[in-house]
Amino acid sequence: MTVYKRTPLYPVHKRLGARLIAFGGWEMPVEYSGIAKEHTAVRTAAGLFDVSHMGEFEVLGPQALDLIQFVTTNDAGKLIDGQAQYSAMAYPLGTAVDDLLVYRHNSEHFMLVVNAANTVKDFEWIESHNRFHAAIEDITDRVTLLAVQGPRSIDILESLMKAKLNGIAPYHFTHGKVLDADAIVSRTGYTGEDGFELYFAAEHSESIWDAISETGAPLGLLPAGLGARNTLRLEGKLLLYGNDMDGTTSLLEAGLGWIVKLGKEEFIGRDALLRQKQEGVKRKLVGFEMLGREIARDHYPVVIDEQTVGHVTSGSPSITLKKNIGLAYLPVDYSSIGTRFHVSIRDRLCDAQVVPTPFYKRRERDSA
Amino acid sequence: MSPDDLLYTKEHEWLRINGEIGTIGITDHAQKELGDIVYVELPKIGDRFDVSEAFGNVESVKAVSELFIPVSGEVVEVNQELATVPEKINQDPYGSGWMIRIRLLRKNETAGLMSAKEYDEYTKGEK
Repeated sequence: MTVYKRTPLYPVHKRLGARLIAFGGWEMPVEYSGIAKEHTAVRTAAGLFDVSHMGEFEVLGPQALDLIQFVTTNDAGKLIDGQAQYSAMAYPLGTAVDDLLVYRHNSEHFMLVVNAANTVKDFEWIESHNRFHAAIEDITDRVTLLAVQGPRSIDILESLMKAKLNGIAPYHFTHGKVLDADAIVSRTGYTGEDGFELYFAAEHSESIWDAISETGAPLGLLPAGLGARNTLRLEGKLLLYGNDMDGTTSLLEAGLGWIVKLGKEEFIGRDALLRQKQEGVKRKLVGFEMLGREIARDHYPVVIDEQTVGHVTSGSPSITLKKNIGLAYLPVDYSSIGTRFHVSIRDRLCDAQVVPTPFYKRRERDSA
Repeated sequence: MSPDDLLYTKEHEWLRINGEIGTIGITDHAQKELGDIVYVELPKIGDRFDVSEAFGNVESVKAVSELFIPVSGEVVEVNQELATVPEKINQDPYGSGWMIRIRLLRKNETAGLMSAKEYDEYTKGEK
């Protein structure tokens, strides 16, 4: 029997009648009131997500940055205190160990946030390359991570924290009090919408969840599960490890060249990624939409000239756009916008077309 | 309580028999389990299916589920409205969310189906 881990908010999810599923070794809420409703709440008001299954590592010491620079592909040397960065870890061949966020508290104190299913693998990977004698600690089980996402999330958190949050730029964070708890308040997320992520000690989980729910409800906030998180992130073309990239796909094929800084000091995967960049990749992750009403789903075959050339890595109805969208690796010759191809759906070839991404881009709020 | 004039399958389809014609849909329990239905794939008029064969698919945001025919039949009518308004299945699963009508091909196949009471008992035990 598989035993799944539960976040400290498991009793709340049960109380709210969430539908629970296994995800990345955890038993997590997939939906509360319905994926479409939760999705729309995030696009138009706000959603509250328990994402405590994500892994958090502290990296400490005089050479903490050296270790992070060696195992990640983006340039963490550019970070200032209070800034976060989207990055990746690569294998020597340039394929993905994981994607992650790197937070800099100060020059000797960083936090890495990794995918739940990869927490153990990532920790061992980083540890095995720790010739820098940095102290690494997996603090996942002590930390609750809530994501408050959507255009009203700033209003909800400002009223709850009695503090101005507009000074926190995207991909920056600050330390603040939520109720009486110390929290990291980070302007990050995985929905393609403005929003915040709060990291705090697990014992405050229920009180903070309830406070955000109560403060947010009059503004349209709904509790939201992994189902909506997936449809939201796909519309924003935010990649999902294990679907859209993994140990068999290079970061350049996945379109993550923008977080691969070949000019920085040595890092794992650099030589292979440099060579791939010079030679060009053979396939690329593209966004597509279905031209008919059929829905392309994860793993459906992608067919060009009667040959299966790959699979859909993520496919779903787009709730915001009312189209059926997806991501797939296509040979570079077929990857330009407008190219037609087929997705095989229950042995029927259905028309699809490469389209620009992200599928959905939020409108910037008027700067107040 | 499920409507007691219908018969039910373990796969959560319902069957309403009227003479030699059967109307088929999915249950309220099923539509709740699926969540927002966004697409339904149904057979053509004249298609024939043996009891328990898959006759189509229903898709929610999250997943695809096959539809199984409660009794053998030949399709005589398809609810065309579901092509454009599949959410009718969520809103009115026993009414305007019906899927197909069939001409029953064999007698005595309904013995394997559940009554409303049996179905309610069955879904109580199911997570």
